[in-house]
Amino acid sequence: MGIYPLEVDNLTVAYQKKPVLSSVSFRIPSGKLIGVLGPNGAGKSTMLKAVLGLIPTVGGSVKIFGQSYKESRKKVGYVPQRESVDWDFPTNALDVVMMGRYGHLGWFRRPGAKERRIAMECLAKVGMADFAGRQISQLSGGQQQRVFLARALAQNATLYFMDEPFAGVDATTEKAIISLLHELREQGKTVLVVHHDLSTVKEYFDEVVLLNGKLVAAGSTEETFTTANLQKTYGGRIAMLQDVTNASDRSDEAEVSGESSPRRSKTARRAGKAGKSSMTNAADGVDIPDEAEGADVPLGAVSRT
Amino acid sequence: MMDFWIILTGTLVAATCGILGCFLVLRKMAMVGDAISHSVLPGIAIAFLLGGSRDSVLMLFGAAVLGLITVVLIQLLQRSGLQSDASIGIVFTALFAIGVILISRNAQHIDLDLDCVLFGEIAYVPWDSLIWNGYNLGPVAIWMLGGTFLIVLITIALFYKQFKICAFDPALAAALGIPVALFHYLLMGLVSLSTVASFESVGAILVVGMLIVPAATAYLLTDRLGLMLLYSVIIGAISSTGGYYMAKLFDASIAGSMITVCGILFVLTFLFSPSHGLISRWTKRQQMRGGNLNQVI
Ligand SMILES: Nc1ncnc2c1ncn2[C@@H]1O[C@H](COP(=O)(O)OP(=O)(O)OP(=O)(O)O)[C@@H](O)[C@H]1O
Ligand SMILES: [Mg+2]
Repeated sequence: MGIYPLEVDNLTVAYQKKPVLSSVSFRIPSGKLIGVLGPNGAGKSTMLKAVLGLIPTVGGSVKIFGQSYKESRKKVGYVPQRESVDWDFPTNALDVVMMGRYGHLGWFRRPGAKERRIAMECLAKVGMADFAGRQISQLSGGQQQRVFLARALAQNATLYFMDEPFAGVDATTEKAIISLLHELREQGKTVLVVHHDLSTVKEYFDEVVLLNGKLVAAGSTEETFTTANLQKTYGGRIAMLQDVTNASDRSDEAEVSGESSPRRSKTARRAGKAGKSSMTNAADGVDIPDEAEGADVPLGAVSRT
Repeated sequence: MMDFWIILTGTLVAATCGILGCFLVLRKMAMVGDAISHSVLPGIAIAFLLGGSRDSVLMLFGAAVLGLITVVLIQLLQRSGLQSDASIGIVFTALFAIGVILISRNAQHIDLDLDCVLFGEIAYVPWDSLIWNGYNLGPVAIWMLGGTFLIVLITIALFYKQFKICAFDPALAAALGIPVALFHYLLMGLVSLSTVASFESVGAILVVGMLIVPAATAYLLTDRLGLMLLYSVIIGAISSTGGYYMAKLFDASIAGSMITVCGILFVLTFLFSPSHGLISRWTKRQQMRGGNLNQVI
């Protein structure tokens, strides 16, 4: 295939001399759901903004479908962090969604019946059709988030960037949003999502990008979302993290090995994975008791909620 | 006829400023309007010194240039790390002071009265007529303000969607390829232009009231941007009409009365607006509390 939806090469960004991102390079394969992870202040939002050309970069290059952002703008949709706009602005939900069409309208055309129709369809897709005429300040946080999502859908892009679309939404809305993202992926679209809840990463994303001022790791969730990488990304809070990386393995392996003990070390998991075809191997792996990392970690202490 | 010209002048000022003020208020930039209205003063003075007369076109140009310089300077200070309110304060007071010095030092050479620049003299508007081929075409100020109003109206109408999205979500606007900076400077240029066009009639200080008060009042009355623009124009027209008759009644400053009426309208709206008013919010809360109580009982 050759052409990647997004190629970031040596990207460096600084606010007032202080570098926020240094030499970040990674590539994103097509048709995948990608989680961008990292602690607060890691530069996740900054990276999205730099990729979209919203803030100046110090160095490096960004290619979108092999072209500059300017040339491929119409293929890109953007959902900013919800708190980046003033929700008291005098406008309604439908109007906000129609803004997603402005990029297709050129300088002088006004949004007309066609744009209204598209915007209504997009609102319906996020379950917000009944709120089209509602003033945006009278929407709940989750509803506002869905309006933003609908606006991105209205952009009709092939590559989406979403900054924390799950922030402050309840479980039902989160489910609705994730199934929408899966739908987008089914249509061959690529979606990059800034995400904070580590417990759902394995379930939601095909690939992850781990950031902490620099790139820690990027690649398939299976290979990249590991305790070691998370430790590098988030620092010392390994106790909780390891549990998270184990969380969905646990259920995998439970199927494979018929064993459900939560106490599991990294080597054990690796052994378990390598031996997916062989139950004995997996069981053997679990038996290794004296793992340096695992020993002082209260696994199973943090439940997935 | 005199009454008519004065009221029309006030209405044109209020309408022009009201439309632009809506965008300033929504972008939380009301104080930038204040800054521009003050810092155009040296532009006006320099144009005066260069031209040697009250040549309106030259003054418009000088003030528009200063207006843009103001905006650029404020942005430069902000980008170097200063708070935005401090940047605004530094830039406009410095430029305003230069303007005051320029005018007071050259007061004997030029017929430009500082009071007149600051407070305007709308009562003289009807006397300064535009004469063309011997025909009296009406007051010069009407032509200038009417022209400015049309320019503002056409520009906003033409680029309504751009101004709207730049005010609501500049990040998305930029991502969509809309030149956010261009529209920022276009808006600031229009504010400078209307400030200068208005300053002869309402003065540099009262024009700030016209930029902010009708827009803030309209903001409390509606949830739609289009209606907010319309309401700010209507409020401007009511203020200038009401203000004129109030000034006549009390034998007070006309421009001052117009802004006062505008302020009264704002207070009334603030209290009684059906959607955002203090009282309707209060009664809604009471009803809710009553409702809950009833449910409990
Ligand atoms: N406009 C700005 N000016 C100066 N510094 C900034 C600016 N925006 C962000 N920063 C700094 O850059 C760093 C990265 O910020 P960024 O918003 O990209 O973090 P993030 O990973 O999105 O964090 P969060 O999870 O809290 O959203 C932070 O240290 C922040 O303080
Ligand atoms: Mg962020």
